[in-house]
Amino acid sequence: MREPRARLRRGRFDDLGLKRALADRLLPLLVAAMAFLAALALAGFVGAASLARHWREGAAAALTVQVPQPGAAAAGGGTRRDRVLAVLQATKGLGSVRPLSEGELNDLLRPWLGAGAETLALPLPAVIAVRLGAGAPDAAALADRLRAAAPGTLVEDHAVWVGRLAALARSLQACAGAALLLVAGVAAAVVAIATRAGLAARRQAIEIVHGLGATDGYIAGRFAGRTMLLAAAGGAVGALVALPVLLGLAELAAPFASPYGAESGAGLQLQGPATLRALPDPLWLALPALPLAAAAIGWLTAQATVRRWLRRLP
Amino acid sequence: MISCEGVGLQYSRGDGPEILRDLTFAVPAGGFRWLLGPSGAGKSSLLRLIYLAVRPTHGRLNVLGTEVGTARRRHLPRLRRRIGVVYQDFRLLAHLSVFDNVALPLRIGGRPEGQVRADVGEMLRWVGLSHKAAARPAELSGGEQQRVAIARAVVPRPSLLLADEPTGNLDGVQAERLMQLLRELNRLGTTVVVATHNDALVARHPGRTLRLAHGRLVADAEAGRA
Repeated sequence: MREPRARLRRGRFDDLGLKRALADRLLPLLVAAMAFLAALALAGFVGAASLARHWREGAAAALTVQVPQPGAAAAGGGTRRDRVLAVLQATKGLGSVRPLSEGELNDLLRPWLGAGAETLALPLPAVIAVRLGAGAPDAAALADRLRAAAPGTLVEDHAVWVGRLAALARSLQACAGAALLLVAGVAAAVVAIATRAGLAARRQAIEIVHGLGATDGYIAGRFAGRTMLLAAAGGAVGALVALPVLLGLAELAAPFASPYGAESGAGLQLQGPATLRALPDPLWLALPALPLAAAAIGWLTAQATVRRWLRRLP
Repeated sequence: MISCEGVGLQYSRGDGPEILRDLTFAVPAGGFRWLLGPSGAGKSSLLRLIYLAVRPTHGRLNVLGTEVGTARRRHLPRLRRRIGVVYQDFRLLAHLSVFDNVALPLRIGGRPEGQVRADVGEMLRWVGLSHKAAARPAELSGGEQQRVAIARAVVPRPSLLLADEPTGNLDGVQAERLMQLLRELNRLGTTVVVATHNDALVARHPGRTLRLAHGRLVADAEAGRA
């Protein structure tokens, strides 16, 4: 009697023989692939959201002011450029007001006009980069005041681009969300197919156990427990495989997502802990949630599939 | 205990042939019945009705106080646990040891593992298979498998024990031993119904007999007078 007792611990009692009947390699493998795709979709969702936020914050907080004929005399004395600068500096709620130097202007024009831009004697406007702070005036009202100081002054806010970028980001998020739902649906279908195969393979054992008085809950619980383990394992593998890929993507995206990164070039050479920090916090929460979500999908799908199948028995 | 009133059974949702027709009989608690009749008479179908593998298509069938025709599906598992069945083909789970096969109804019933071990150990001693507890069914002879099937049917101490051709795979000595077991259980209060066409066995153990022919009950009397 000692031998059977030794291997009869309740947790390991596999009355339906599911360890062999449920594909213990194929199911986790397929779920791992689904979890990997889900991780990419999640990264797309989170990435689009954070890029949209950074663009919005960056672009919406900036104005470009162009003063044509900057050197000409203004009505109230001084050059037109100085008048506009004086109005801007007197305006409350502006974070910074910085006229671009001639060198910077030439840098901006060089791609279009070539290295000899400065020798072309083009009538270039003065360009002033304005950063808005809290309590900044409305762009249209500011433009009116600047035109009064120097007629012909252009104030360009980025509302149109911010709107377009926001719409693009929303579309990307919607696509990522749809992909996520699709992946979850396919995962549920995979689990359902595996469960049905298991039901077919263990039909006789199920009928015997059913005849001995097992409830639907008992039988479905056996399947669901096993499927949950396999799906969770697959989800964990998928999330682990996705981690380096997401870190790589986060590194690539870092310069765009960081307000200063684009200027300083930071984020291109991240290493060690900095690499891990590149991944947005929501993804650090979402990745461990993948095995849990896979387990939940596995459990629920197996329960539903088995209970439905059992209805054919009296 | 078992009460049939005009019970009929048709497979294929009512448009198949009628397997059983207009059966009316009763088996009281603690009773013993032989269920006799030629092959195809409907013995196994009647047993299937009683152990709740099918529901009657006509009439009223009451098993252990439950109306089988109208009972809710979720109430049937509890009722099944009070019925022990020895199947003609044993229906042992090939991947489980003898011990686990016998323990199955107790574990399904949620009995504590300590009680499971004690009861299964005792039951295996009773059928003389203690030394084969770790064996798989495939390693056993037909007679040994039959004894495992009996142990599994009896271990939860059912109120009703049904056996379908239980001596089919046994030699004379083993069949006799099995009958002693069934008689002993019956004496302890279990209602027992045994389907067989082993006439010699019935002759040696006379008892009240339900005789079927062509799906109808043709006799319900003491053996020898049926």
